[in-house]
Amino acid sequence: MIHVEKLTKFYGSFCAVDQIDLDVSRGEITGLLGPNGAGKTTTLRMLTGYLVPTSGSILIKDLSIDDESLAVKKLIGYLPESAPLYHNILVYDYLDYIARVRDLDGRRRIERIHELVDLCGLSGIMHKNIGELSKGLRQRVGLAHAMMGDPEILVLDEPTSGLDPNQIVEIRDIIRAFGKEKTIILSTHILSEAEATCDRIVIIDKGKIVADGSTESLKQGAGEERTIHLTLLHADFDTASQTLSALDGVSRVERMDTPDSGELRLKIFAGGPDRLRERIYACVKQTDWVMVEFTQEAKSLEKIFRDLTREV
Amino acid sequence: MTRTLQIFKKELRDYFVSPIAYIVICIFLLITGWFFFSTFFIFNQANLRTFFTLLPLTFSFVIPAVTMRLFAEELHSGSYEMLLTLPVRLSDIVLGKFLAGAAFAAIMLVPTLVYGFSISFIGDLDWGPVAGGYIGAVLLGASYSAVGVFASTLTKNQIVAFITGMVICFALTLLDKVVFFFPPQVVDVFTQIAAGYHFENISKGILDTRDVLYFASVIFAFLYGAHMVMQEKR
Repeated sequence: MIHVEKLTKFYGSFCAVDQIDLDVSRGEITGLLGPNGAGKTTTLRMLTGYLVPTSGSILIKDLSIDDESLAVKKLIGYLPESAPLYHNILVYDYLDYIARVRDLDGRRRIERIHELVDLCGLSGIMHKNIGELSKGLRQRVGLAHAMMGDPEILVLDEPTSGLDPNQIVEIRDIIRAFGKEKTIILSTHILSEAEATCDRIVIIDKGKIVADGSTESLKQGAGEERTIHLTLLHADFDTASQTLSALDGVSRVERMDTPDSGELRLKIFAGGPDRLRERIYACVKQTDWVMVEFTQEAKSLEKIFRDLTREV
Repeated sequence: MTRTLQIFKKELRDYFVSPIAYIVICIFLLITGWFFFSTFFIFNQANLRTFFTLLPLTFSFVIPAVTMRLFAEELHSGSYEMLLTLPVRLSDIVLGKFLAGAAFAAIMLVPTLVYGFSISFIGDLDWGPVAGGYIGAVLLGASYSAVGVFASTLTKNQIVAFITGMVICFALTLLDKVVFFFPPQVVDVFTQIAAGYHFENISKGILDTRDVLYFASVIFAFLYGAHMVMQEKR
């Protein structure tokens, strides 16, 4: 659906986006994640044809954005950050104007506006001036703007920034409802947001892609070090550590603070084979230790994000 | 073409849903009306010459005030990003906004037709120069709108856009009045560049292709400039 190759953008001598390669397939909700100033907005602006890349190519449905900008723009609906809409126009007039620019004729135009009013929940505010709307409502009008042409690709820049929790949930529901059959790219720096909405997460830092994968695979950190917490009763550290270290895949066993209750709390660092937990369990079963806690620490998205984008 | 038309309609409507349009039209009518009629009965001649002589000067600051918001406001609020990512070409946007400014200038002239009609009741008005004058005025208004659109692309600040536009318009208006300051070799060139000179020709009632071509070139040059500036911003 979207094919990006070696996309680069310089502002003067500052490199905002550095040789990004990205492929997005149909029906995917992709989250572009990164700290402020990482190049998310610049990337999206190039995808939508607002900015011209310094170098690199963007193909949308095999159409080049340079040569067929009109055809490409018809396929894309875009909502920039904080929905910079016109202020001195009624919601209905605005949507009508967008429909006209998007070349929807008479009946189709009215039908489409009605559909979007239902989808985005605009029925009570059609007669209001956009300048008087709250931020959440303006964001919804912005979403209606983006979805007007029934685009195959929806690009949203920080769609929930600055909204209250209820509004965030509402916007998220609209995005998900729309994302069932459409391709969506959204940018955010809120991690829970990406986790809740996206199928796939691309983490950008300083203009480069530093991680790319499904939410699950990023969390599992495939192939990377995992941490398992194990708490035993009636065990002493030396024997336990020896027995466990002998298992294939365990790299290190650490003792956590043991209260006087007689519990032995261990932290097992492991890489390698996947079925390690099964073997740890089997190993403990053969002894007369009692297992009271046994968990694998899921690497939170937050931790991944911080690990990847930390200033060195 | 439909896209240009939609943008034109939207921009023109924007003028009339806010008080700006009415204020600007009132100021324009007050100024032209006052200067015209204050000397009209002293000259005691049934023509609109004073009105048309003053028109380029009035237009020089009224039209940049009308056009200053066209791009500067959108650049400031960021709505330009939403506009450009709609399926429209940059040329559609520039042309649509320019046409709205030019149409506004033409609409502004409509109430002044009353001057012509009222004079024709009390004296023997020669409609030739009047018609020429109005054709010239529309061309002049369109040219200054193009200047204003260009000035508006240069900045996010509407006041800066207004002043820049005004300076260029004044320069075009007054260039042929100040040529005696310049060496004789360039006098001809400067006279030809001046909008005031070409406007005077048309408002005498002589519709010369050279003058029409002049205004067409000014419009084209400044719109092309505006297009280039906006293209450069991407």
